[in-house]
Amino acid sequence: MFSNFDFEVVRRSLPYLFYEGMTFTVTLTALSALGGLIFGTAIALMRLSGFKILGRIAGVYVDFMRSLPLVLVIFWFYFLVPYIGQWVTGASRPISVGAFASSLITFIMFEAAYFSEIMRAGIQSISRGQPAAANALGLTYAQTMRYVVLPQAFRNMLPVLITQTIVLFQDTSLVYVLSITDFLGAASKVAQRDGRLVEMYLFAAIVYFTISCVASFGVRRLQARIAIIR
Amino acid sequence: MIEISHVDKWYSPSFQVLTDCTTSVTKGEVVVVCGPSGSGKSTLIKCVNALEPFQKGDISVDGTKVNDPRTNLPKLRSRVGMVFQHFELFPHLKIIDNLCLAQQKVLDRSRDKAMAKGMQLLERVGLKEQAQKFPANLSGGQQQRVAIARALAMDPIVMLFDEPTSALDPEMVSEVLDVMVDLAHEGMTMMVVTHEMGFARKVANRVIFMDRGEIVEDAPKDDFFGKPRSDRAQKFLSKILSH
Ligand SMILES: Nc1ncnc2c1ncn2[C@@H]1O[C@H](COP(=O)(O)OP(=O)(O)OP(=O)(O)O)[C@@H](O)[C@H]1O
Ligand SMILES: [Mg+2]
Repeated sequence: MFSNFDFEVVRRSLPYLFYEGMTFTVTLTALSALGGLIFGTAIALMRLSGFKILGRIAGVYVDFMRSLPLVLVIFWFYFLVPYIGQWVTGASRPISVGAFASSLITFIMFEAAYFSEIMRAGIQSISRGQPAAANALGLTYAQTMRYVVLPQAFRNMLPVLITQTIVLFQDTSLVYVLSITDFLGAASKVAQRDGRLVEMYLFAAIVYFTISCVASFGVRRLQARIAIIR
Repeated sequence: MIEISHVDKWYSPSFQVLTDCTTSVTKGEVVVVCGPSGSGKSTLIKCVNALEPFQKGDISVDGTKVNDPRTNLPKLRSRVGMVFQHFELFPHLKIIDNLCLAQQKVLDRSRDKAMAKGMQLLERVGLKEQAQKFPANLSGGQQQRVAIARALAMDPIVMLFDEPTSALDPEMVSEVLDVMVDLAHEGMTMMVVTHEMGFARKVANRVIFMDRGEIVEDAPKDDFFGKPRSDRAQKFLSKILSH
């Protein structure tokens, strides 16, 4: 059955697949995870703050983002951002936002909803005595969060955060709807051009699978180490 | 130094934890607070540095009203040392960094100065060798001594202790009490929630007995141990002294 497969096409397109495609995928994943973590932490702090209105706003945002299919958000955002930009800046024409910027903003906003729930659980896992001790030493709310609570929450949640990032890594392939050349996009372009769909998609699957698997394995080892520290 | 007058506190409209609590701690005085579990001792001591808010009455520390919204609470708290039942060292920081964090962030001390002060205090509580370890690698007694050193690093004008030895294995109680006795002898103003009556006998000036949110008895040490006026204090004393 494999006799009429041509894996030479994979070998020939490797530089393209990795230098262009994988670089894009990894960059998008890393920046989205970082941005999502920062905004997600802010949202988590809003939800846990004593201010009811802030908490409500954050809660609605999270629920809203989590009840939409990611691919739709990517799609709509790409078309809406130019107009939102126009409205915000008061420009006369829609702002042109590149596909990369648009997808990055989308992923950050989308991931922020998920990361915020993780960080919220992380913050709640810290005993109340910790912020009390920090406050008793004279640290302000912001300092208590920055130096005492968040570092511990982050450390405790690191395995879950990485697992979520692995999911994100796979989800970035959805930018194909904007015909962006991410890893899957690159594979798909070669596949179409050379008419080698099965080979290219098989190879793409193996690459995603391998990277995710290795990362998951790393997470499990990390989990064991954190369990020892605690 | 600490003035507590007519403090009432409710956790919910139907649950009053503190009822008309009035007492004071003067400079250099050691006051021991005791009473049955749930009587509001922790709550009262946490009101002193505003870790817990209260609805009625006033508390002032060194002339500053803690329940005044204009009071700079972080600044006030930095001058009031507090030691908790469960140590509350920061587990992600090395021992020395536990001692340096607030010195640097709150008092704006340089890293070098904070380190020097930290090492000096670790030496004082006999834990200089542990400076580079993490809290989880220390015994309970050692952790509590670090917690005391951490509070002292801020040069507090008064120290609050909330059952500092009740989470410790019996053989570690004395190493912590020794540090506290030394502090008392040096003239530190202290308010100590504890059931260690040996400690109270040795260094307390006054003993406060609380029950159901009220200060039932507030007497000089000798009077308290001699003949507590209230039935409840007598019962409590005979109970904890019998074991
Ligand atoms: N955050 C809280 N919300 C509601 N109730 C509380 C809260 N903290 C304490 N309480 C209740 O208030 C009462 C007094 O608690 P507190 O911790 O001050 O007692 P305590 O004298 O320190 O007791 P213990 O010896 O057990 O430490 C208890 O009945 C407790 O259940
Ligand atoms: Mg208590």
